[in-house]
Amino acid sequence: MPNTFPPDSVGLVSPQTARFVEPLALDCGRSLAEYEIVYETYGALNPDASNAVLICHALSGDHHVAGYHADGDPSKPGWWDNCIGPGKPIDTNAFFVVCCNNLGGCKGSTGPTAINPDTRKPYGPDFPIVTVKDWVRSQARLADRLGVRQWAAVIGGSLGGMQAMQWAITFPERVRYSLVIAAAPRLSAQNIAFNEVARQAILSDPDFHHGHYYEFGVVPRRGLMIARMLGHITYLSDEGMRAKFGRELREATPNFHFNFDTEFQVESYLRHQGRAFVDRFDANTYLLITKTLDYFDPAADFDQDLAAAFHRALAGFLVISFTSDWRFAPARSREIVRALVRAGREVSYVEVPSEYGHDAFLMPIPLYYETLRSYLVRVAREVNGDAS
Amino acid sequence: MRPELELISDWIRPGARVLDLGCGDGALLAYLRDRRQVSGYGLEIDTANIIKCVQAGVNVIHADLEAGLADFSDGGFDYVIMTQTLQAVRHTEALLDEMLRVGRQGIVTFPNFGFWRCRAQVALQGLMPVVKTLPYQWYDTPNVHLFTIRDFEALCRRKRIDILERTVLDHAHRAWLGSRLWPNLLSEIALYRLSRA
Repeated sequence: MPNTFPPDSVGLVSPQTARFVEPLALDCGRSLAEYEIVYETYGALNPDASNAVLICHALSGDHHVAGYHADGDPSKPGWWDNCIGPGKPIDTNAFFVVCCNNLGGCKGSTGPTAINPDTRKPYGPDFPIVTVKDWVRSQARLADRLGVRQWAAVIGGSLGGMQAMQWAITFPERVRYSLVIAAAPRLSAQNIAFNEVARQAILSDPDFHHGHYYEFGVVPRRGLMIARMLGHITYLSDEGMRAKFGRELREATPNFHFNFDTEFQVESYLRHQGRAFVDRFDANTYLLITKTLDYFDPAADFDQDLAAAFHRALAGFLVISFTSDWRFAPARSREIVRALVRAGREVSYVEVPSEYGHDAFLMPIPLYYETLRSYLVRVAREVNGDAS
Repeated sequence: MRPELELISDWIRPGARVLDLGCGDGALLAYLRDRRQVSGYGLEIDTANIIKCVQAGVNVIHADLEAGLADFSDGGFDYVIMTQTLQAVRHTEALLDEMLRVGRQGIVTFPNFGFWRCRAQVALQGLMPVVKTLPYQWYDTPNVHLFTIRDFEALCRRKRIDILERTVLDHAHRAWLGSRLWPNLLSEIALYRLSRA
């Protein structure tokens, strides 16, 4: 671990744990008697606690969004480190940034790998399937714990953007600005179909053992790996894959092997991504979060009228999409914008040209980051006064 | 742009909901927000302008006007405004229709091609005119439909669009008597407030 970090890094950070003993009622009808939320914070909360920003993570993310862990790989900072830090678009000189691992996750917050107090064994498949609304309610309790009455902004990409939307709908008075990036108002049949194939890959792995694989000392590696490989294809764009891999072979030999070894670079890349994922992620959490995605539909509570859902919101919205994203294409973001306009909400929308596909929301694309920076500078001025 | 902003602002009811088509850097919306407490959105295609709108705290929606206003419902706005934009779109007539579908009233401003300096350059020099409001060369202009005040009013008659108000500005961008007497000859910019008859 280096002693010095880049000047625009939040530097060495360590996760904290908040324990909640008041039961949390869940959308599925069950409730969690007690649970823990692991989170990280960067920057300082201002005296009137008005400069807090919540970052919401997507399917495979966690609470470690910026900076470095003492025991971590010094070449691998948090998952959105290029956007969060002193002087970065989400400026920790101006904001108190919070990110938590969501309930049902596998990075420390209570989820399938945690011990079920009733059975003294890991929850496994018995962990309740939580929804985006459940997450938002659990995050609100964390906000209470941190003394944050209202977020200056709730920011997220993909599934994180869905949480940013849900926050503004569920707790209108607790969100000043909602930044919804590369998201959709709900999943399409195609989105759900991809999730279902991913789930079937895991469920049909002989090492899955109906989700109780912890007790057998195995993990459904093959299934989780295939699920991740499939997911990865949907995160990239056709043009991006062409540019990155084309039909390039791993070896310079001009001849095909006429077998099923990895021959093309893209195969090698996907297998590497799949393998690396298996070592850091839990299959039950993956199953759970794909269902969380499938169930997300804020309009469903308002007679299928998304504008009616946004009518309650008080936040200003910034919606951003990326041209080559086909998982949550720009048309899906425009549905959100259309509903916000109909609801009379403040909203700006930018469609960023990019060939990175869905993954673009993590990339430092100049137009994208300049938009975030410009928007958040005004938010900072509003909550901190002209001092910032 | 200043006198144009003020004239448009005078036409707008305080607290109105407006949509500004081709809002540029958001100057008009910021002006109307500060002077007339309007709420609304600007549509803009140029990303450098979009950033400027965000910096100005103006609601801006990245959109291509040529694709129409399908995302906006009928009568959703008190005013739909198009300043110095109508001459730069391909589907002029369709956009006018869209404007008066989405807005209860439309406000349009454009450079008058009938302005005497434009006429003089074509007639005497035989060259496509280059004037303050039309500063481009024929080969690099974003303006694809050049028209005069008489052209525009003829189109409004044909489409049964009511002209509720008209103001014309001369080369110094004043609304003086001469340009009111011979608008098509002496005015460089025309401003209209319209509604569907």
